[in-house]
Amino acid sequence: MITAPIANMTGKIETQTLEVSIGPQHPSTHGVFRMDVVLDGEIVRALKPVIGYLHRNHEQLAEKMAWLHSMPYTDRLDYFNSMTNNWAYALAVEKLAGIKVPERAEYIRVIMAELSRLQNHASAIGFLLQDCGAWGTPLLYAFREREKILDFFETVSGSRMMCNYLRFGGVRVDLDEPMLAMAREIVAKFPKFLDEFEKLMTTNEVVLARCQRVGILPKELAIAGSISGPVARASGVEYDLRKVDQYGVYGRFEFGVPVGPVGDVYDRYYIRVLEMREALKILQQALRDIPAGPAQAPEVKLRGFKIPAGDGYGRVEGPKGELGFYLVSDGGPKPYRYHVRPPSFINITVLEDMCLGHKVADAIIILGSIDIVLGEVDR
Amino acid sequence: MIDDGLKSELQKHGVFVVSTEWLYNWGRKSSIWPLQFGLACCAIEMIAAAAARYDLARFGAEVFRATPRQADLMIVAGTVTKKMAPQVVRLFNQMPEPKYVIAMGACAISGGPFKDGYNVLKGVDRYIPVDVHIPGCPPRPEALLHAIITLQEKITGQHIDRTRWYDAKATTEFPIPVFGEHDLVPAANPEVWQPPKDYRDVTNAEVKKPA
Amino acid sequence: MIPAIEQLCEAVRAAVPDAVLEIIPSTPAAAQPALLVDGAHVVAVAKYLRDDPSCRLDFCSCVTGVDYLAKGSIEVVYHLYSVALKHGPVVLKVRAPRDLDQCRVPSLTPVWRGCEFQEREAFDLYGVKFDGHPDLRRILMWDGFQDFPMRKDYVPPADYEWEPTPHDEVLKRAKAGGGIMPPSAAVEVKK
Repeated sequence: MITAPIANMTGKIETQTLEVSIGPQHPSTHGVFRMDVVLDGEIVRALKPVIGYLHRNHEQLAEKMAWLHSMPYTDRLDYFNSMTNNWAYALAVEKLAGIKVPERAEYIRVIMAELSRLQNHASAIGFLLQDCGAWGTPLLYAFREREKILDFFETVSGSRMMCNYLRFGGVRVDLDEPMLAMAREIVAKFPKFLDEFEKLMTTNEVVLARCQRVGILPKELAIAGSISGPVARASGVEYDLRKVDQYGVYGRFEFGVPVGPVGDVYDRYYIRVLEMREALKILQQALRDIPAGPAQAPEVKLRGFKIPAGDGYGRVEGPKGELGFYLVSDGGPKPYRYHVRPPSFINITVLEDMCLGHKVADAIIILGSIDIVLGEVDR
Repeated sequence: MIDDGLKSELQKHGVFVVSTEWLYNWGRKSSIWPLQFGLACCAIEMIAAAAARYDLARFGAEVFRATPRQADLMIVAGTVTKKMAPQVVRLFNQMPEPKYVIAMGACAISGGPFKDGYNVLKGVDRYIPVDVHIPGCPPRPEALLHAIITLQEKITGQHIDRTRWYDAKATTEFPIPVFGEHDLVPAANPEVWQPPKDYRDVTNAEVKKPA
Repeated sequence: MIPAIEQLCEAVRAAVPDAVLEIIPSTPAAAQPALLVDGAHVVAVAKYLRDDPSCRLDFCSCVTGVDYLAKGSIEVVYHLYSVALKHGPVVLKVRAPRDLDQCRVPSLTPVWRGCEFQEREAFDLYGVKFDGHPDLRRILMWDGFQDFPMRKDYVPPADYEWEPTPHDEVLKRAKAGGGIMPPSAAVEVKK
């Protein structure tokens, strides 16, 4: 027999907001990332990202070492795509010093970057689906394909993940015919995996119910917030550095840039699938057209490498967004200032805007759809 | 001790004769449940070790628990920064005994390539005891499997009457460092870690010994 | 196409008459000269660059701090691009004195939202305060941390870094004492 009323006298039930810290150790935070959320029941009322748990002062280390010595450290920024990080740094240095890269090296760089994009997007979708509750199945499929690409990276550079393969003015080791055959085989078998992957997920009713209309990022906010990469393109921002800057030899390849209509989690998932297909097109063209020639510019010194004084900013279209390096040289063997512009760090600026009004579970998959990597966010 | 001939004769009939200690350790080593604790790049190799190619499940360690209360093993995979160090120690304290720590990768062992950092903890063994160290940057998934096997061998060798967790006086909870103004306070736990000796101290001590 | 830096400078001077502008060149190969603006007018200049139809620099790509110890100033560098017109970069620089009490510049977060986290990082690592920033607090280091680590005169804590043969900087720091030291350095300090 209930004697005390559970609502107070005016008939309303009073609630309190709950402040929860999601992370830094949490099964779905993609690294040591913490979100302080203020919850009203399950609805997110405020969200503040807290980062710095992986701040390894990469920039300070680079200012103490010679120009080339920080190349292995760039591998460890976005630890999924070491090739792309290396390229961004090499591009910034080459821009600053005016080094011309031979054609074969440019083609090799494109092949490596697009293979990185394939394995990054597959893993990102795998992690996103794991956050949705698929408990590892898409992730295992993605990792199976990723292992093939990592085998190729290991054959070429000696290491699965931290390749340290690019140098200023080219690449470290030339690709010979067996390696190219290995790459061609990966590219030939990837579409079958992609079709299978897509069939599991694109029209899956759980994915549709959980991901559509969740975490919408408006186009104006994407531009104002300096969002780049698949996250921005899913919101309708037609900006791909491979088409805008046409760095390397990207101007020679025919490929499309998918742009999403709505900018919700589903668009961010599907745009990655479409980008993988475009990457396959680029790879087929690059592997077909790769010319003979040197793999590194012969005039670049390895020891005693110096850059004339001045500053410059070089950027590439990484799989997560625009990865840029701002370098200031004082004419010496070490950088005076070395700054990394990480896409993941800036993409979480709008995390709060995307999550407000959604439930906690949605906040997790919105974070998964941005695809952050803490090595990049914290450097 | 039971004669080996008798043992194999009994096994043919489905009777297995082992010591309680062997059974206890066999149960524990065959179902080590790691804590999901990937910090940085090594975490990806840890996930690859748990994936289909370098299957961690065949060692009983596939069930990565999200909460420390249900985990036996903490694989510290990646750089431990000073900002993260209190959380690492807190998580370790929350794990119930028996618990083990694997320091995976150069960063967890000693700070690794980022050793010269103001925010990098130079080795997770400054605050918590580590059972197995895996060198590498990042170590291959096979190296992590080797570490799990090494840990299993270590568990096999532990004696049921001389374990840490049945000893009332042993430390199971370690003090959690606090953020100071310039560094963590204390910079290391003296019960767990001492600065290694400089080779010159050893040499000098031997030289000073009277003839 | 983005106009040459001299034309841009003239256009900005016409739009914001009191601004103090200066062109800083970069390496001849990079060809990314910068426009140095004084702190009082940088918000007006930024709004002009974002809204002017020929520039439409609506994408602030990168915000950095640079510590020029010799010159006694800290520079904040903004790299601006245009998504609408697909051109860029335009480099904007603002200077502040190194002295912690006077190290302030106006924040450009009200102009470009993307500057928010990067300005917090410049504050955390260099000590530059951004007036008008919605939430200026440390982002990478913990809140109680007192130093600004990326400054050129930062001294890290005397944390023992084991090297088999400590020399130069490491040995000097170990001998200076404090924190955890190798036993050999402790002996020499006592001498």
